[in-house]
Amino acid sequence: MDVSRLVELNAAYARTIDNEKFEEWPDFFLDPCLYKVTTADNVAQGLEAGVIYADSRGMLRDRVSSLRIANIYERQRYRHIVGLPVVLGEEDGLADVETPFLIVRIMRDGRMEVFATGCYRDKVRMDAANTPRFAERIVVCDGGRFDTLVAIPF
Amino acid sequence: MDTYVWPAESLARVPYWVYQDQENYARELRRLFEGATWNYVCLEADIPDKGDYRTNVVGAMPVIVVRDADGAINCFENRCAHRGALIAFDDGGNVQNQFKCIYHAWSYDLKGNLRGIAFERGINGVGGMPKEFRREQHGPRRLRTTTLCGLVFATLSDATPPIEEFLGPEILGRIRRVLNRPIKVMGRFTQALPNNWKLYVENVKDTYHASLLHLFFGTFRITRLTQGGGVLVSADGGHHASYTIDRSDDRQSTAYRDQGIRTETDYRLADPSLLDTVKEFGDDIQLQILSVFPGLILQQIHNCLAVRQVIPKGVGEMDLEWTYFGFVDDPPEMTRRRLKQQNLVGPAGFVSMEDGCVGGFVQRGIAAAGEQESVVEMGGTGAESQETRATESSVRGFWKAYRHHMGY
Repeated sequence: MDVSRLVELNAAYARTIDNEKFEEWPDFFLDPCLYKVTTADNVAQGLEAGVIYADSRGMLRDRVSSLRIANIYERQRYRHIVGLPVVLGEEDGLADVETPFLIVRIMRDGRMEVFATGCYRDKVRMDAANTPRFAERIVVCDGGRFDTLVAIPF
Repeated sequence: MDTYVWPAESLARVPYWVYQDQENYARELRRLFEGATWNYVCLEADIPDKGDYRTNVVGAMPVIVVRDADGAINCFENRCAHRGALIAFDDGGNVQNQFKCIYHAWSYDLKGNLRGIAFERGINGVGGMPKEFRREQHGPRRLRTTTLCGLVFATLSDATPPIEEFLGPEILGRIRRVLNRPIKVMGRFTQALPNNWKLYVENVKDTYHASLLHLFFGTFRITRLTQGGGVLVSADGGHHASYTIDRSDDRQSTAYRDQGIRTETDYRLADPSLLDTVKEFGDDIQLQILSVFPGLILQQIHNCLAVRQVIPKGVGEMDLEWTYFGFVDDPPEMTRRRLKQQNLVGPAGFVSMEDGCVGGFVQRGIAAAGEQESVVEMGGTGAESQETRATESSVRGFWKAYRHHMGY
């Protein structure tokens, strides 16, 4: 898979979340899919659970509806800094990709703090319109400690 | 606070200085966590084999929990008898026969006995420890341990009654209901909360808030006060179990809409498989939240199971350690169901994320109110079990036990 397409995909993904266009976020995924936010320790120990786990676009949409309508939290947004993707392998049009990220959380009171770092472990495939989409995006956070709450997806 | 005097005899009033005062905090560590209580320290499943250990804390005290050659579980302070360094400094692992402090290589057996001192006799007869030094008189403090349904508890006090007596028959029964066979850990996460530890414990015991703060609960009828259920409070007040019973007639209830409560909407899930639940405990209880004084929570929300450990980190900070689990005999579809339902809880939980911030809102709200007090009077002023969740009975129970242990 062309790395420039992956760079574009990651840039658009980060921009969508950082600009709070959450309703467009599920479109980055195929359906069914797997989206999970977990930690390096859990992955190392073979523990499957995530703080967020979705295996369909519907579940991703439910995340968005919930953070828009249901969940209560102090006003906050993210700034993603996404590194360069490395293609680890490719088979039958499914690329195995790893990309590091850093997320700064900007709080209502003006605090700008590193909220999470880690790497995206992705399986990416071209859809019918030749646009790359995530069959799988496992967000592996470097640390296991989350400050207060995680409302917005990584 | 110069004098630690409760403002009124009633359990229905709580002074705000308890969440702010540094000396009171130090007293809590000594009298609650290091006192006559059973503190959760790990799961038996964490340390199945000889030499397997986990590190944890009892209040502020770092501890090692380890399984020895006899299969017994020992717990001792994670502090070298020599200069006080941590003996073990990872989350866990296996040490075979001994722990060795990295600082000066003093070593300990799996019961916490000091066994080896590097260069104890010096070099070429020069230096070393005095001949009269007795290793057996030096060692980290030891805690008594007990196990219950795969949970491991430790206590520093000789006065702590057996765990069954500590919990009382009702709470004991509710633990046995959930932990009825061998469990397997599915994941661990830490949530750092910007509030005093007691604000989180009160939140857990507060059955009144659940469907008011958490929209997700209300709309999807995971729990609503108009459903069946209630709250059990142990005789000493310290432990509780609240439960919701699936009752089909609730779907017609208009109590929330009639009161104009925010949580009544027509919001529906795009993928309802999230709530595809099976009854696995032989009853109609779809939700059970249970707390063990001072800092353990056992949670069953549908098929989503977890233990949560409350770790104080100073007056205004705490860590909440989440351990998600299932059972060893779970078939793959049950594992998948639990993975999906785990979206409900934890730092990003649909029905728990607000609990992460609401304690901080109280901590900030009361910043100048140390002399004031909160009102905890829903359902009266007692701390007895009640067949409704529109009550703060188990919150008052917490304060009953707290005041007993603290001598207030």
